Parts: sequence; structure tokens; C-alpha cells
Amino acid sequence: MSTPLLSVRDLVIKFPTRHGPLTAVDGVSFDLAAGEVLGVVGESGAGKSLTGSAIIGLLDPPGHIASGEIYLKGERIDNLRPEEMRAIRGRRIGMVFQDPLTSLNPLYTIADQLIETIRTHLRLSEREARKRAIQLLDDVGIPAASRRIDDYPHQFSGGMRQRVVIALALAAGPELVIADEPTTALDVSVQAQIIDVLKEQCTQHGASVILITHDMGVIAETADRVAVMYSGRIAEIGPVREIIQNAKHPYTSGLMGSIPTLAQEEDRLVQIPGSMPRLSDIPPGCPFNPRCDKVFDKCRVHRPSLIPVENREVACWLYEDTEARGAAT
Amino acid sequence: MLAYVIRRVFQSIFVLLMVGLVAFSMFRFVGDPVENLLGQERTQADIERVRDQLGLNDPFPVQYVKFLGNALQGNLGVSYRQGRPVSEIIAERAPATLELAGVSALFAVVFGVGLGVFTAIRRDGFMANLIMTTSLIGVSLPTFLIGILLIYVFAVELGWLPSFGRGETVKIGGWSTGFLTESGLKAIILPAITLGLYQMTLIMRLVRSEMLEVLRTDYIKFARARGLSTRAINFGHALKNTLVPVITVTGLQIGSIIAFAIITETVFQWPGVGLLFINAIQFVDIPVMAAYLMLISVMFVLINLIVDLLYFVIDPRLSADASARGH
Repeated sequence: MSTPLLSVRDLVIKFPTRHGPLTAVDGVSFDLAAGEVLGVVGESGAGKSLTGSAIIGLLDPPGHIASGEIYLKGERIDNLRPEEMRAIRGRRIGMVFQDPLTSLNPLYTIADQLIETIRTHLRLSEREARKRAIQLLDDVGIPAASRRIDDYPHQFSGGMRQRVVIALALAAGPELVIADEPTTALDVSVQAQIIDVLKEQCTQHGASVILITHDMGVIAETADRVAVMYSGRIAEIGPVREIIQNAKHPYTSGLMGSIPTLAQEEDRLVQIPGSMPRLSDIPPGCPFNPRCDKVFDKCRVHRPSLIPVENREVACWLYEDTEARGAAT
Repeated sequence: MLAYVIRRVFQSIFVLLMVGLVAFSMFRFVGDPVENLLGQERTQADIERVRDQLGLNDPFPVQYVKFLGNALQGNLGVSYRQGRPVSEIIAERAPATLELAGVSALFAVVFGVGLGVFTAIRRDGFMANLIMTTSLIGVSLPTFLIGILLIYVFAVELGWLPSFGRGETVKIGGWSTGFLTESGLKAIILPAITLGLYQMTLIMRLVRSEMLEVLRTDYIKFARARGLSTRAINFGHALKNTLVPVITVTGLQIGSIIAFAIITETVFQWPGVGLLFINAIQFVDIPVMAAYLMLISVMFVLINLIVDLLYFVIDPRLSADASARGH
């Protein structure tokens, strides 16, 4: 297998506090192939957004990468100097944020912001940059782009603004786009359109996507693979279809069970008892053990790492080699 | 936009009328000018004659309307003490005050915004903390004390700068300026710093807190994610958004610079309208006092009007709202 576009190895993100450091992301590893769409799901506080911010080098202090490595096309990017990292941001890794209403600077026109971004990264004249900007807006489905480009953000609706944000993220042709909850702040009716635009545009530009969301439905429609995160760790990662149809990790199956379907007859949705532990209070062993219905002794003591099962990986002792488990008990 | 301007102008006129009324009625209680005008050997007939001459026997509303009518024609009355038209006296003194206020406002804005941005960007740096701590002194010391301290250090001990007066001035038309002579330039430094220091620290602290706020917003984070240079983010994106609220306060501060010039002018014996006002109070020179108050309020109102119009230049959202309402 050729070098993956992005490779995250044992990423640990910590926040120093008065009571000692909190580990918000603990040993996350995954690979992303060129052109692939990876969905990242999990509850709030599971570390999805932090992982995304760490990859693009925009962790808000005092949060910081305590250990681990991030490689972009085999080249390490987590320890670059700020100026080198800045050249990668926008140019090679683009990002789309959650709230389109606040992502754009209200005092500059769309043209100002697009042209500024394009000219920061590409050697283009003002006129060429403007032409490219109009093309980008056209591609993301802004009607009458050549006229509307000189409007200010407040003259656009939320859905339109998110299209502009996507155009901005793609302005310099990045190889990877990190979309952090790109539809959460939007009307349900526009969510699907925005996801379509995002996926279509990234495919067209040949960019891989990390789609961070808590909406399993969006992932099911869009992603090639999915990583399920829990308490700062990846619980299960693998092809979307397989995980949806046959979740291996008890947390993932709980998550799938909580999605309503039209075919369902029951009145109540399946609910996972309890809630995700606070960062200061993660239990030893598997972080999911207090809520797990298949828990056994080992789960309470030893932390499972990702174990390859078929063509996915699961962090659960249930899938440890049966012989080894037999020997241990 | 035009409707807005007209509305604002009408509001301003109303404010000025109110200020005139309040100022005018207040002066009825500051003492009888006739006492000072006539010497010890006055007779009741003299007093009556002077009161009649000055129109002091008219009922109050009549006096006020007369004052307004004359003021509109540029006639602000005759100073009781100097016997010359007030407009002439003020025109003579105004350049000194306006130059002083202008230089201190420039000082306050340039250093206030500059240091505010610096302390916001280098939030935890040693220099930034030092400046922030020092600025507390600027905010808490009264103006006259700063003036006296500056005089002590730079005029008395070091002898670099003059301690009072305006230095030599040059007349250009009706305007006497101190900017063209060396002694005039030297003389304006201490009073301008004294007058502008408080405003400077205030603007600086405001710029800093606004800037820190803006630097936390999503669009700044998004600008970073787009790989824009730190310079473009700090000065292009963050500073412009910081300026909207800062302009309001700065406008008000410039107004109060002109008003508070009284204290600085007294400390430095600066021959401006503030000093004129203080002298007028001593002699109950009502026309001078009234003219001074009107002048200050005209400036306040004008500055506020300019500030309101500046918003339109900076924030496109406002003009969009206004035109939307216009349709």
C-alpha cells in the first residue's frame, strides 16, 4: 500500500489545569487514503473536533499535542514552525467550521476574503484571482456568482454562507478538507444540500475529507469509512456499510441502536445507560466499561488497543484472539 | 442615509438649545455681575442704569431668546469685564485650545490604538504586562497632578521644556499658531501629554479588550485555517472589527479633551478658552461663560455626528439596514 495522504499516530492532546493535565485525546491513530471520506462520530467531548484542530495545527491554547505524530503524505507536520504550518493551512489542508454565520468576517466582501485567500497561496494576479473566486462560487452553487461576489456576508443566507465557506476552504486546492460539524448550525432542509456540495466539490478537486459530526445519517450517506470516538479514543474504525450493518464495539452498536428508522416498530429507541465520563474521571481499563453490557474483569483493568477484526479495527477485549483470552482467564 | 443625517442634525440642534437653556439659567445663580462691574462708590441709580443697559431687568425667557437670536447672527454679546465682543475674544483664544486639543487627541489615538494592539497581540509578554500596569497609573492620577509631575521632571529638574505658556506664535490670517516656531512646538509637548494621557490609557485598554474579544471569534479562527499571514489577520481582519466600538468612545473622549482643557490650561497657563472661562467665572462674566458652554456643546454634538457617520464608512451592515428601511 502506498503512503496514505494523512497518517495520525498515537495522538495525545492534553490540557493543563490546576489539578494536573487533562487528557482530552488519548492515543488516536488512523490513516486516510487520497480521495477518501472519513467520518468521525462521537458525543460532544469525545475529542472529534480537537483531533481535527490538531491536524490543521489550530489547537486553542492551553490545549496542546503532548505526544504522537501527524504525517501529511509521509511528511511530519505536527512539529513544524508556525510559519511553515501556516503555508500548509489553506494550501494543503482546508477547514470548514460549524457556524457559517460567524465564520466570515462581517466587514469584508466575499470577493475580498476569497481573493485574499487565493493570493496568499497561489501566484495569481488580482484579476486572475477574482476569476478563480467567481468560478469557485459558481461551483458551490451560488447563483449569479459574478454579481454576488461583491456582497457582504450578511447579505447571504446561512446555507449560502456555508457554500461560501466551502469555496474558501477549497480556494487554494487543498489535498485534505476537515469539515467540523459543517451542517449542525443549518436548517434541516439545507443540510443535505451542503453535504452534497461538500462531497461533490471535494471529489472534483480530488481532496480527501475528514467529516466530523454527531449525525450518523450524514456519515452513512457520505463517508467511505467511519471512526467512532469515545472519551478521546477511537472505539471502532472501518468501512461505513459494515459498521452500520454489524457494529462490533458495544458502544457502536448502542449508537446504531439509538438511530430511529422508519421500519422500526418499537415506541422507544435503544438508549445507552449513563453518560460519557468527564475527562477528569475516566475509569481505568476501557473507558466504556461502566456502561457496557458485555463488560468482564479485564475491561476494568486493562485498556484495549485497536484490534484488527476482518477489515476494520475495534478497541474491545471481546475481539481479542480467543485462544489468548482463554489462556488469560 | 440622507434622511438619517437630517434627523441627526435636528436632534443635534435640539440638544444645543437645551444646553443653552440650562447654562443660561444656571448663570442666574452665580452672582450679580453688576457688583463686579461697578466699583465701591456706586449708587443705586448707577446699578439700575447698568442693569438696564445689559438687559438684566428683562424677564428670563426674553433674555434667553435675545441671546439665541444674537448668537445665530454670530453676536455672542459683549464681555462685561473686557468690554469687547465675546466672539472676538473667543476667536483670539480658540486657536490655542484647538491646537492643544488636536495634538493631545492625536497623541491619545495613535499611542492608544498602537499600544492597545500591541498589548493584545503580545498578551502574556513582559512588555505588554508592564504597559498594562503602568497604564493604571495613567487612569488613576488626576490631570493636574500629572501636569505638575511633568513640569517638575521636564521643566524644573531637566530643564528641557518650558513649564508654562505657548511660546512664540505666528499669525496666519486670524489664526495664531504655535506649530511654526521651535519654542511653540516645545511648549505644546507637556500640556498635550497631560491632557491626552488619561484618554490614551482609556483608548488603549479599550482597544486591548476589544481586540482580545475579536481574536477569539470564529472568523479569526477561520482566517487562520485559510493560512493567512499573522499580519493580515491582526491588522486586516482583527483591527478593523475592533475599531467599530472604539470609534464611539474615542469620539466622546475627543469631546472631553476639549472640555477638560480647562484644568490643563490652568496648570500650564495656556492662553486658551479654558483659561478664559476660569477667569470669566471669577468675574461673573456671563456672556463669556455662556458663549464658552455653547461652544463646547457645539463641538461635542459635531463630534458625535461625525462618529455616527463614520460607522457607515466602517461597517457595511449599517448602510444595508438603512437602505433596506428606505425601500
